Amino acid sequence: MTEFLQQLINGLAFGSILALIALGYTMVYGILRFINFAHGDVFMLGSFVGFYIAPKIARLMPMPSIGAALVVLVISMLVCAALGVVIERFAYRPLRRQPKLTMLITAIGVSLFLEYTGQLVFGAAPKKFPQLIPVYPITQIGGLSLNSNQVIVFGVTLLLLLALRFVVLKTRIGMAMRALSFNPEAAALMGVNIDVVISFTFALGSALAAAAGILWAINYPAIDPLMGILPGLKAFVAAVLGGIGNLPGAALGGVIIGVTETLVSGYISSTYRDAIAFAVLILILLVKPSGLLGKKEVEKV
Amino acid sequence: MRYWSLNIFLLAAGLALTGCNKPAGDTAGGDTIKVGEFASLTGSEATFGQSSHKGTALAIDDLNAAGGVLGKKIQLLTEDDQSQAGQPATVVRKLISSDNVVAILGEVASSKSLEAAPICQQSHIPMISPASTNPKVTETGDYIFRVCFIDPFQGTVMANFARKTLKLQNAAVLTDVKSDYSLGLAKFFKAGFTADGGKIVAEQNYSAGDKDFNAQLTAIKAANPDGIFLPGYYTEVGLIALQARQLGLTCPIFGGDGWESSSLVPIGGKALEGCYFSTHYSPESTAPAVQNFVKAYKAKYNETPDAMAALGYDSAMLLADAIKRASTTDAAKVRDALAATKDFHGVTGDITMDANRNASKPAVILTIKDGAFKYVETIAP
Repeated sequence: MTEFLQQLINGLAFGSILALIALGYTMVYGILRFINFAHGDVFMLGSFVGFYIAPKIARLMPMPSIGAALVVLVISMLVCAALGVVIERFAYRPLRRQPKLTMLITAIGVSLFLEYTGQLVFGAAPKKFPQLIPVYPITQIGGLSLNSNQVIVFGVTLLLLLALRFVVLKTRIGMAMRALSFNPEAAALMGVNIDVVISFTFALGSALAAAAGILWAINYPAIDPLMGILPGLKAFVAAVLGGIGNLPGAALGGVIIGVTETLVSGYISSTYRDAIAFAVLILILLVKPSGLLGKKEVEKV
Repeated sequence: MRYWSLNIFLLAAGLALTGCNKPAGDTAGGDTIKVGEFASLTGSEATFGQSSHKGTALAIDDLNAAGGVLGKKIQLLTEDDQSQAGQPATVVRKLISSDNVVAILGEVASSKSLEAAPICQQSHIPMISPASTNPKVTETGDYIFRVCFIDPFQGTVMANFARKTLKLQNAAVLTDVKSDYSLGLAKFFKAGFTADGGKIVAEQNYSAGDKDFNAQLTAIKAANPDGIFLPGYYTEVGLIALQARQLGLTCPIFGGDGWESSSLVPIGGKALEGCYFSTHYSPESTAPAVQNFVKAYKAKYNETPDAMAALGYDSAMLLADAIKRASTTDAAKVRDALAATKDFHGVTGDITMDANRNASKPAVILTIKDGAFKYVETIAP
């Protein structure tokens, strides 16, 4: 029983990070109907910004501390938000009127560009991510172990999910985002500045990826330029599983993938981990093609 | 534009023709002997390749400073395989077919050596692996050699060490299923440990590149072992040790020479204190060969050489020795000379090739204390 509970905790912690990456995928898709495959690489860049910023922050304030971790997190989110805007401006905006497939292929190109430029600039060897925040064991009762990092990941994911829902549902720009998602032409006619809204969407999505990158690096402190590929892919699957375009769905999908993978690794074999996680995806999509929380889309003729 | 492309075409055709026309065996026709090296200079096993390359380059410098071999200087051609599957085959093919090297030195990781070995064997080019310990590497054919011990020996050494020195009764094994090295070492450890009366209470696996090992470690913790055998490479070893300690697993973790890296302690930190691994040599040894090597290496690179560097050095020195004994760079004769190697005095010990072209040599066990590798004991074959 203890072992099962521990596996559940492990799965939730891992799934929370996937959920955070999945939120970025699903939001961009919800607004633009476009899958930004470079999202996983922005996640990687988030970690690397943290890696290079942390020693500078350490000179200004005590290093393993909550304050320092927050500063690194915020700077990394801001840098990646700017990067997201730049990527959208130069790679995707010129193609906005082209078929969706063109943008999709471009996204894969941007992804490869970031990965291999990363290898050139940062070097391909894994780097040790500095300790930003002290780790405290929260509980060791009955052999069950939970540490502060796992709680932080879970908390930050929940917080960002709520903040994102607030932005999308309660703010002016959020209303513009929803309008754009509903009908871009009509929204433009109503005076919504489409370019600004799309830039904002990318900034928000990339900031989420950066947050996930920092949280990932805090938990698994060896980072390399190709680290975004697998988590990016799994987060994409999580977003589809939960119903792409749906924010709580992405979070739910991330947690389901994380827990499934952990349970399979722990009780069956890590060799089958991905196979079984993807089998779960296929099963759910067979029963509910729009994903767990996704809305059925009516094709208008 | 057209003029240029025509010129390039002619140049390429010319190069291809000269490449084809060169008779085999006459590859050292110039005033240098070309030796090829492939190593993981970048990527997840980068410290392996960088160390072995530095050791190899130091050996070539030493040889050339002493007048070279057979009156010719040795030219080392190095290719990076980026720690990626598929790359070793590509770069080794290039070294053999377009650079016409007389022999190949490399790699540290067994999976990479296993990719290159069939190519060397088919081309009848002798290959010396500095540090691939999986038995299958030299089983590829009679042109493939190594200057290190093999996993049946290393696995047994660690099994005996776990039973006799650490006095473990129940061990868990965590294997990297993507690595021939890890799978082989795990197999021989399990055989040795159970033959000596120990019990394997948990067997878990992971794939190189994984970052989260909590699931496997939780399952291991539930089996309550007194020690964990972890025959992996340093990047994962560091992360696994960290996560094991966070889960409250306090038992010693021990592994093989895949741990030997300057990146191990920076990643694993305090979690690795009191852990053990077997490797090929210790820079703390007082043997004159070791001390001279450490001194020369420090003078050139300003760092202490690890086992991969020492093995890289030995692989190049052994090749030069074999070429001298053969008095030619003819591949078949160099191969015969390599196979006949007896009591070659290397930095990592005296090397004698057995019938399967493996070096029979002692292993040393190191521990991690205050963030540094410390010598524990030497175990003879």
